[in-house]
Amino acid sequence: MIHVDDVSVKYILGDIKELSLKEFFIRKMRRETITQEFLALNHITFHIRKGELLGIIGSNGSGKSTILKVLSGIMPPSTGSVNIHGSIAPILELSAGFDGEMTVKENIFLRGALLGYSKAFISEQYREIIDFSELSGFEDVAFRKLSSGMKSKLAFSLASFVTPDVLILDEVLSVGDIAFRTKSERRMRELFDSGVTTILVSHTMSQIREMCTKVLWLEGGKMQGIGDTKELCDDYEQYMQMK
Amino acid sequence: MKQYLKRLEQYQYVFSELVKRDFNKRYKRSVLGILWSMLAPLFQLLVMSFVFKRVFGSSMEHYTIYLFSGQLVFNYFKEATNNGMSSIISNAGIITKVTVPKYLFLISKIMAASINFVLTLAIFFLFVAVDKIAFTWKFILILYPTGCLLILTIGAGLILSALYVFFKDIQYLYDIFTLALMYFTPIFYDVHIFDGSLTAKLLYLNPLFLYIDYIRSIVLAGVIPSFTLHLYILFYSLFVLRIGMWIYKKYNYMFLYYI
Repeated sequence: MIHVDDVSVKYILGDIKELSLKEFFIRKMRRETITQEFLALNHITFHIRKGELLGIIGSNGSGKSTILKVLSGIMPPSTGSVNIHGSIAPILELSAGFDGEMTVKENIFLRGALLGYSKAFISEQYREIIDFSELSGFEDVAFRKLSSGMKSKLAFSLASFVTPDVLILDEVLSVGDIAFRTKSERRMRELFDSGVTTILVSHTMSQIREMCTKVLWLEGGKMQGIGDTKELCDDYEQYMQMK
Repeated sequence: MKQYLKRLEQYQYVFSELVKRDFNKRYKRSVLGILWSMLAPLFQLLVMSFVFKRVFGSSMEHYTIYLFSGQLVFNYFKEATNNGMSSIISNAGIITKVTVPKYLFLISKIMAASINFVLTLAIFFLFVAVDKIAFTWKFILILYPTGCLLILTIGAGLILSALYVFFKDIQYLYDIFTLALMYFTPIFYDVHIFDGSLTAKLLYLNPLFLYIDYIRSIVLAGVIPSFTLHLYILFYSLFVLRIGMWIYKKYNYMFLYYI
């Protein structure tokens, strides 16, 4: 139910971010190249069935976050297409969508809205969300005052209370203290057992081995392999050792 | 166009949360809070009124209303476009991590400015009453230039926010542009000083002037502008909106590479 067909993503590099209008025109007239391209993803094709838990592994810069962005619909691929059936809840960065100045309560509603929940839904689940994130008593505290662990707990709590058809997690299961990690893994299993298709990026190999039904290994934007969890994890660890 | 409105409906709740956020942020630790958005233009009005009446000796009747109508429109446009311009960049964190249509941030900034506009408009009518100008049914027509102003602002906002993503120095250029625009719009000086010259005709290229003139025509002269003017104003704003939407659609996908 997730089909990724021949997806490539080209990033535009160069100092374009700091370019002023004047410089832009000067360079254009001189015909100097303004931008360089970087192929972050190189012809990626894979399919995931409903209810699978795909783990994406690879060294830093291999394109893991990029493929997640493409899957979440945030970044359109330069070539190829992505087909996903159902609602998607992406958690790509734990403090994304939260506003530092607003209180925890206000943030729950704002972030919830950004995740696509309705006001009614958030109000109903509000108590549970607060309890799961262990933040009762902190509801009127400004978000920026929370510790990073608390922020992560809140973000995870919020996103796990929806039951999306597809859940996308970017290295977010490795946060919090051991107690919370156990809780979140358990919650993940609940979601997983209820049929939520999940895509998970992680560097914690033990997690990948334990939880994932399938693994995709990316290196330098290219697919190194897709398939059996144990096999690919072993290959990947071998590769990392030789580096 | 229709699909944009449909999506807006879908994202209505997100939108209202964003507007709430912007509003709360603005007045979070200020003592006067929301009163400030009403007091600020008021002070500006009083100062300018004093300067031009006493110091420069303007002898126009109902000068304060004349001035207020100009400032009302101009300040709104300046505020809405300036805030809207940075809307994409300042929400980069959310845009790169959550699937939300980017123009939603622009519209929420414009909405916040529009709420201010409505409040200032209320005070405007107060001043009209105090200045002993009769309220007529024609006042309802003020909704027309207001609607066109909103459309124009959204169009300008789309253009500016897109440009700002690519060229940060657009903000400085726009600063100068608004300054020139302010002087080129007869806000505090009498429009009739241009009578008979080419400049008088050029004024009709300035949409802000058109809206201001409309309001003044209704309130100060009790005259409803011509039908042709109505069409002209509408098409002008729709034209700017169209350009904005075109630019946004064309370069939309590139935003992510620059933020």
